[in-house]
Amino acid sequence: MAITRRFFIKNGGIALASLGAVLQSPSFLARAVGQTPNDGRRRKVFITIFQRGAADGLNVVVPYGEQTYYELRPALAIPRPKGGEQVTAIDLDGFFGLHPALAPFKPLYDSGELAIIHAVGSPDSTRSHFDAQDYMESGTPGVKSTRDGWLNRYLQVKADPKASPFRAVAMGPNLPRALQGKAPSLAINNLNEFGLRTGSGQAGERLQSSFEALYAQSVNDPLSSTGRETFEAVKLLKQVNPGQYQPAAGANYPRTRFGDSLRQIAQLIKSDIGLEVAFTDLGGWDTHANQGAVQGQLANRLTEFAQGIAALYTDLKERAGEVVILTMTEFGRTVRENGNRGTDHGHASCMFVLGGEVKGRQVYGTWPGLKDEQLFEGRDLKLTTDFRDVIGEVVARHLGAKNLSSIFPGYQIKEANFKGFLRA
Amino acid sequence: MNKQPSIFVRVCSILLTSALGFSSATGLTQGSAAQKGKAAPKSPAGKKVTALTEEQKVIHLLDRITFGPRPGDVKRVLQMGWEKYLDEQLHPERIADQVVEQKLRAIPSIHMTSEQLAATYPPPQVIRRALEERGIKLPDQPGSGALSQPPEKVTAEELARRRQVQRVLQELGYKPPQQLIQELQQAKLLRAVYSERQLQEVMTDFWMNHFNVFAGKGADRWLITAYERDVIRPRVLGKFEDLLRATAQSPAMLFYLDNWLSASPNARIAARPFRLGERFRRLNQVGRQNNPRVEQQREQMLRQLQQRRVRGLNENYAREIMELHTLGVDGGYTQKDVQEVARCFTGWTIRNPRGGGEFYFNPAMHDDGEKIVLGRKIPAGGGIKDGEMVIKILAHHPSTARFIATKLARKFVSDNPPPSVIERAAKVFLQTEGDIRAVVRSILTSPEFWSVESYRAKIKTPFEMTVSAVRALGADTNGGPPFHRWIAQMGEPLFMCEPPTGYDDTAERWVNTGALLARMNFALALAANRIPGTRVHLDKLTQGVGERAEQVTDYFIKLLLHGNISPQTRAALDQSLRDPQLAQPEAGEKQTDVAKIVGLILGSPEFQRQ
Repeated sequence: MAITRRFFIKNGGIALASLGAVLQSPSFLARAVGQTPNDGRRRKVFITIFQRGAADGLNVVVPYGEQTYYELRPALAIPRPKGGEQVTAIDLDGFFGLHPALAPFKPLYDSGELAIIHAVGSPDSTRSHFDAQDYMESGTPGVKSTRDGWLNRYLQVKADPKASPFRAVAMGPNLPRALQGKAPSLAINNLNEFGLRTGSGQAGERLQSSFEALYAQSVNDPLSSTGRETFEAVKLLKQVNPGQYQPAAGANYPRTRFGDSLRQIAQLIKSDIGLEVAFTDLGGWDTHANQGAVQGQLANRLTEFAQGIAALYTDLKERAGEVVILTMTEFGRTVRENGNRGTDHGHASCMFVLGGEVKGRQVYGTWPGLKDEQLFEGRDLKLTTDFRDVIGEVVARHLGAKNLSSIFPGYQIKEANFKGFLRA
Repeated sequence: MNKQPSIFVRVCSILLTSALGFSSATGLTQGSAAQKGKAAPKSPAGKKVTALTEEQKVIHLLDRITFGPRPGDVKRVLQMGWEKYLDEQLHPERIADQVVEQKLRAIPSIHMTSEQLAATYPPPQVIRRALEERGIKLPDQPGSGALSQPPEKVTAEELARRRQVQRVLQELGYKPPQQLIQELQQAKLLRAVYSERQLQEVMTDFWMNHFNVFAGKGADRWLITAYERDVIRPRVLGKFEDLLRATAQSPAMLFYLDNWLSASPNARIAARPFRLGERFRRLNQVGRQNNPRVEQQREQMLRQLQQRRVRGLNENYAREIMELHTLGVDGGYTQKDVQEVARCFTGWTIRNPRGGGEFYFNPAMHDDGEKIVLGRKIPAGGGIKDGEMVIKILAHHPSTARFIATKLARKFVSDNPPPSVIERAAKVFLQTEGDIRAVVRSILTSPEFWSVESYRAKIKTPFEMTVSAVRALGADTNGGPPFHRWIAQMGEPLFMCEPPTGYDDTAERWVNTGALLARMNFALALAANRIPGTRVHLDKLTQGVGERAEQVTDYFIKLLLHGNISPQTRAALDQSLRDPQLAQPEAGEKQTDVAKIVGLILGSPEFQRQ
C-alpha cells in the first residue's frame, strides 16, 4: 500500500473542511488570554506543596526557647540563635527560629509575606505515611472511602463551567489524591510534552486537525466536549510557548524536579491561561537515620525546598497579591531523637503560608509545649490546629469559597477557628 | 499504486462523516450512559431501532465480556452462536489456555509464594544492609519519596555505583522490590491480551477493583501477588460468601485496611501484632548469621514495633466491608454496627507481615463480649466464629444482593443500568445464595443487556482501551512497563488505586483532557510501533485486502470499529472520494500513512466506546 504523505499534507485539511467540520472557536480562550475576568483584578491563585514522608517540624521551625527540646535531641538539636561564626537557628520571634537552611525564607518573613502555623496537622493518630497522606489529601481524616480530594471538591463547590482546562494543574505524571474527583484537573509532567505527538511540521498539524475534526461532533457527547476542550488547551499552551520561558530576575530555581515543577507553575500563572489551583510535591522527609542537624539530610531537603519556594515567589513578585502558597506534610516526627540519630513517625508538624495577602512575620497557633505531660501519646508534638482550618481559611478568604462543609465533609469549619493569617 | 487517491484523506473523510452523521443516522454510537433523557435511537427512515442484528449482538457480547474482539472473533462467534460462546466463557475451567500460560512462565514472581517473594525481592533496608556488609554505601536517602518525582539526573559516578550494586544483588539472588509490581502488571496485561478465558479475566479485574488493595502500601507490595492469584481469581465466578471470606482472611486485605492491628481495648495482654522471635528468625536468615549489626537492627526493629503498636480497636475494615464490599453505603447499617463488626473482627491478624504474611486468629487480641450486628445477636465467647458469622450475615443480606447486582449491571449493561435488570439480578443472587456465575448469566441474558440502548453505551477504561486496541490489531506485546505507562497516564495504574473504593466504573471518571490526550497519543504510538515491547504488523494485516483505497479503508473500519457506519455516511464519503481535488495521486512517497490512519481510528471517539 502506498499512501502518499504529501497528499495528506496538501489535502487532509481540505477534506476535513469540505465535510463541514468547522471547528468552534475556543470558548474560554477569549476570557482567559490576557483578560481580566474579575473587574480588573487577575485570577486568584492557590499553590499547594506537599512534603511527602513526614517533615520534622521541630527541626524546621525550631522551638529554641524550650529547654526540653535540647534535652530530648542531644545530637540533632539546632543551636539557639546567637551572633558570631556558629551556624544556628535563625531567630523569628524570640522563641522560634528557622532551620539555617531556610535562610531564603527570612527576608519573606521579615517583610510580612510569610507566616508559619505550628503544631498543626491531621487529628487522626495514624503513623502510616500512606494513610496519613491519604487523609490529608482526601481531607477526611479517619475516613478512607472518600472518593475525591479536598482540592477537587473546592473546584466542584465553586463550579465554573466555562473554566479553562488549566484551572487545576498538578505537576507530575499522575493526578494526586487531593485533585482527584469529578472536576476536571490536569496532571502535567512537563509542559513541553503536553500535546498530541503527531510529529512536526505540516503533516503533524494536519494530523492534529484530523483528530480535532473527529471530536467536533455532537454536543451532548462527553467525549466530544472534552475533546474540544483538549484541543483548545493544546493550542493555548502552544501560544504560550513553554520552551521559551524566562523567569524573572533573581528567581533561581533549583535544578531539580521540584525546581522544574515550580518554574512551570509560575510559567502557567504568568501566561494568564486560567490557572487557579496548582499542586506539586517533594519527597525525602522520612529521616529515620542520620537526619543531621544544621547540615545533613534534612538540611539538604530544606535547602531545595526553601530555594524553590523563594524562587517561585520572586518569579511571581509582581502578582504576589493574587497568590497564596501553602505547604503541608502528613505528620511530624518524634520529639525524642532515636538511636540512629534520626526521628520516627510522630504527630503534629508545621506549615508555611506565603503571599501578598498574608499577615506574616508571625508564628500562628497555640504552642503545646514539649514536656512529657504535654506530648501526644507521651512522645509526639501535640496538635493544636487542624489542617482543615488552615486550608479552610485559604479557600474561604483567598479564593472566596462559600460552602466549606462540602469541601470538608463531616467537619465543622468556623471562621472563629481561622488563625487569621490572611487579611479578611 | 500511485494512481490511488490518498487513502489517508479518504479515511479522514469517512471518520469525519461518520462522526458528523452518526447521531442522526443510526444513533448507535451514542452512549445512553452519559446522555440521560435522550430519545430512543432512530433508524435512517426515522423509525425506532428496536433490536440489534445478530452481528451487533456478537460485537456487543465480545465488547463487554472480553477485552475486545481479535481479528476473526466476530465471525467465529457468529458461526458458533453467542449462546454457546457465553456458556464456554462462564466455565473458564473448561477452556484450554496454553498460549498465555506459556507466556506467563517467563515471569518468575507471579508463581512464588508471598514468603518466597519477601526473600527474593527484599525490602530496601535489607538490600541496603547487604550492600553495606560488602562495603557499598548507598547515599542517605530518606524513604517515602514523592509519588510524582522520578529520579533526578544521574552522574557517571552514580552510574558506576549502580552497576556495582546490580552485580552484588545478582550474586545474592536479590531482586529490587519495585520489579514485583511491574511483573504483576505485566502478567495482568498478558492475560487480558492473550487468555482465552476472557470473562474470567474481566471478572478478576472487576473483583480486584471491588475488593481493592493498593500495592503501594507497605507490606502489600509482597502480598498482592498471592491475593490476585490465590484469593480472587479462583473465586471470580463462585459463591460470593467464599470470595468475601477469602478476602477477609487475606494478609493483603488485613494489612491494607489495618484490621491486623485491631485489638480489643480490654484484651488480656497489650497485644503485639506479631512475635519478635519470628522477626528475628527472619532477620537472621536475611541478614546472614553472626551479623555484627544485629544489635543495631534489633533496636531499629523494636522502634518499628513501637510505632506500629496496637492502639485498640480499628474500625477501618469493619466500615469498608459493609460500605464497599457488601451492603453499600445506603445498605442500612449504623455507626454502632461498624463498631460491633470491628469488635467481631478483633484478633483477625497476620503473622510475619513483612516476611510473607499468614492469616491467623489471635485470641489475645479478641474482644470476647457479646455483640449485636444488624440486629442479630452474636453471643459472647465466640472467638473466631464472631467474624465468620458477620461474613455470613453480610454475604446473604438483601442489601448486598442489590449492591453487587448494581455494580455488575453497571459493568456489563451501562453506567446507569435500568432498575429492572438490577432487581432481577439481585433476586437471582438471593435465590442462588450468592452464586456469582448465575447472577452474571442473568445480566448477560437479560433484555436490558441486549437492548439498543446499551449497545456501545460504555466508555472503555484505559485498561480496556489499550488492550482492546492490541487485540483488534492482532498485535504482539510483552506487556512490559512501556505499555503499562500509557495506562497509568490515562489514569488507571494497575494495582495502584489508593482508596479502597477502587476505580469508578463510569465514563466521567475516564474522560478528561489529560487522559484523552494520552488516549490519542497512545493510538498514534501503537500504530507507529513506538511502544517498546509491542509490535503491530500493519503490512501483514493489509495483505490480500486489495489495493483500491476503498478496500483498505473498508478493511480498517471493519476491523477496528466493526463497520458501524450508516449508509448516509457512506454515501457522503463516496461523494467526497469522487472529488477530483481529493483524488490527486502522487508518486515516490513513503508508506507511513497507514499507521496514521490506524492511529486516527484508534484515537477516535468511536473506538473509546464499547
